[in-house]
Amino acid sequence: MDSKTVINVPFERAQVEKLKSGDYVYLTGTLYSARDAAHKRLFDSINKGEELPLDLTDNIFYYLGPTPAKEGQVIGSAGPTTSSRMDKYTPLLLSKGLVGMIGKGKRSQAVIDAIVANKAVYFAAVGGAGALLSKCIKKSEVIAYDDLGTEAIRRMEVEDFPVIVVIDSEGNNLYETAVDEYNSSKNAR
Amino acid sequence: MRTINTDIIIETVKEMCISANLFLAPDMEERLRQAAADEDGVLGKQIMNQLIENMEIAGSDRIPICQDTGMAVFFVNVGQELHIEGMNLSDAINEGVRRGYTEGYLRKSVVSDPLLRVNTNDNTPAIIHYDIVPGDKLTITIAPKGFGSENMSRVFMLKPADGEEGVKAAVLQAVKDAGPNACPPMVVGVGLGGDFELAAKLAKKALTRDVNSHSDKEHIARIEDELLDMINATGIGPGGLGGKTTALAVNIETYATHIAGMPLAVNMCCHVNRHVTREI
Repeated sequence: MDSKTVINVPFERAQVEKLKSGDYVYLTGTLYSARDAAHKRLFDSINKGEELPLDLTDNIFYYLGPTPAKEGQVIGSAGPTTSSRMDKYTPLLLSKGLVGMIGKGKRSQAVIDAIVANKAVYFAAVGGAGALLSKCIKKSEVIAYDDLGTEAIRRMEVEDFPVIVVIDSEGNNLYETAVDEYNSSKNAR
Repeated sequence: MRTINTDIIIETVKEMCISANLFLAPDMEERLRQAAADEDGVLGKQIMNQLIENMEIAGSDRIPICQDTGMAVFFVNVGQELHIEGMNLSDAINEGVRRGYTEGYLRKSVVSDPLLRVNTNDNTPAIIHYDIVPGDKLTITIAPKGFGSENMSRVFMLKPADGEEGVKAAVLQAVKDAGPNACPPMVVGVGLGGDFELAAKLAKKALTRDVNSHSDKEHIARIEDELLDMINATGIGPGGLGGKTTALAVNIETYATHIAGMPLAVNMCCHVNRHVTREI
């Protein structure tokens, strides 16, 4: 990586199409935390026709349940959780306007299809780097489902938050290609 | 007969919960640094460098290494000549967990019922495995276990005819299936033998062994080394994005088993393989 690519979030759909599987980029702007329990509530609310506590349009979910902040801290340790647990709920959320997700690990084919259909993007943050990633979060405020504790939805302002584009809007999947590429480069040496 | 009070157990457990979540054991830290230096995958190297920086920030700023501060799993060896006074031992350990996770600003990741899923808000109850041992000491090991990797763990009820090759194939398959989900580079804990539940317990216990250690059985130590090489030859690498280090160690624990069976459990652990032991 010669130069650092910083992308402002949330972004327009046009920006999504410029992001390619394998890109290492830094996000600056607004993200929302949501993991298992919040996803279930959002999913159930949509199915019941209830109003959601936030507009999903063009927003990005970070699959996160942080540790509690100490006095003087914005947030505690704040790394990504495993994305596949959100797979059941994700296609519906993408159809309601969600444009991006940050997590770690593989996604189902149904999610990949929905990413392509809705022109969305899936990023990975480094799993288990919660202390480091917490430093990129400059503000954090619970905006919904406070009773869920660590699983509440937070609006977070981030600066230079490091992520890797794993599944791009064309459905290219870095988890399918990166290991093969590494192995062939090794064999070529 | 030696007597200790549960007050000291509560305080010790509290301190262990906090310490385990802020500082990796020296063997893990050293192995991670070595893996970062050796990594030749492009993304793999960037990820390893982030993990080293993360570990340093965690220690210096006292921020948990990972936000998943785990379910508190304990292995407790109770000397049979030790008398414990005060409260029930399990209650004391749980009180230590309650205080450690609350006062240490650790995440409360436990729900009271698997289906109703209401958070207990203090990370109790812990999972406690007891062994009665000779002597008059109490030895407590905590292994806070994150569930990203726990969810990728497997039990295989292999048959005697599967042999060593069957064991290796199953472990390798479990690692490949885990892929990026288990936050590689991983530590792979293997329990071989016993029965259905003992194999799983041994696999978890194997994760608490030093990553530089080997089984004291010669053939098992050889399999540990061979499996580590096989796993690292997959190229899955850090973050599952390609590289030479997919696992930092393979630790295998064994037990006698039945003439008809060969239970095998594979307990995945991410690079945040936390364990602390204290003797009282």
